[in-house]
Amino acid sequence: MTETPEPDQQNGALWRLTPAARIGLAIAAAISLYGVSFGALAVASGLTLWQTIALSALMFTGGSQFAFIGVIASGGAPASAFGGATLLSLRNTIYAVQLKALLNPRGAKRLVAAQLTIDETMATSTVQETAAEQRRGFWITGIACYLGWNLATVVGALLGDFIAEPESLGLDGAVVAAFLGLLWPRLRAREPWALAVLAALLTVLIMPLVPAGVPILVAAGVAVVWGFLAARRERVSPGSRRSPSRMRCQQ
Amino acid sequence: MSLWVWVLLACGAAYATKLVGYLVPGSWLGHPLVTRISGTMTVALLAALVAMNTFSQGSGIVFDARIGALVAAGIALLLRAPFIVVVIVGAAAAAGLRLLGLP
Repeated sequence: MTETPEPDQQNGALWRLTPAARIGLAIAAAISLYGVSFGALAVASGLTLWQTIALSALMFTGGSQFAFIGVIASGGAPASAFGGATLLSLRNTIYAVQLKALLNPRGAKRLVAAQLTIDETMATSTVQETAAEQRRGFWITGIACYLGWNLATVVGALLGDFIAEPESLGLDGAVVAAFLGLLWPRLRAREPWALAVLAALLTVLIMPLVPAGVPILVAAGVAVVWGFLAARRERVSPGSRRSPSRMRCQQ
Repeated sequence: MSLWVWVLLACGAAYATKLVGYLVPGSWLGHPLVTRISGTMTVALLAALVAMNTFSQGSGIVFDARIGALVAAGIALLLRAPFIVVVIVGAAAAAGLRLLGLP
């Protein structure tokens, strides 16, 4: 039996096990195990099986989903569950603008891309160097996370939390390591280091003071101001052109 | 039944927050300042995600085994470990520290 060569170059190019694809699959594996916890906790907090499945399939942004069931579980009003979940999802708007600049999906692809716009896809895609890897980073991470997260949700909702505590497996540590691993290659110069430290410090400092979801928006605000000031500085002192913007930028 | 309404409204709102970012006019995104900011944005967002996932607990902050995961992952990265190894080292550090009794 001989395989006929795949004529669809586009697909062949997208579905290759490149570094971006491997990163995406590793992240999807860690994230999906959390889906089991989500499914189990959602049912325990009083949602039906189908409401639980709807949240993972339609909302598909983990932080918001946990916020939604957290409010319901604590006896809060469904309207505040809605508010908390939506506030946490606002960062996805910023991710979407970035991803549009990188990938510019059109038509039906744009509608699918929107649904897959989450922390993990933004992180994996925007740190890649080439356009092809940015596309792979987005689509492979997004589709793997979507399938894994939804499958795990159903498993957790039906079987209960057999991963009693994702923490005891260190899954929360895996997520921390994954985001640090994506940030790391960007920290080759002083300027991104300073910005990263500032953004992280500010996030930690304001976390106890503002509702969940706001610190990420503040970090985005810091990035805008920083980029604006840096661009102006470069314009004002042409001497600094010798070492052009050391923060790597995407197209 | 009323909970169903809120579930679907929240799903719709989340999708809207995602889609609206793709509706920004493409012409805005070609501006050099926007290109500059998208570079700073990636760094700031990733740093914030690292901080949030390391310290968040409900609406406050907490110091627990995840700090160990952060340090261990940093060391793995300094030693130029591949991504998947960094992730596993982070998980192992958090799980190991909890075995030792850390929160």
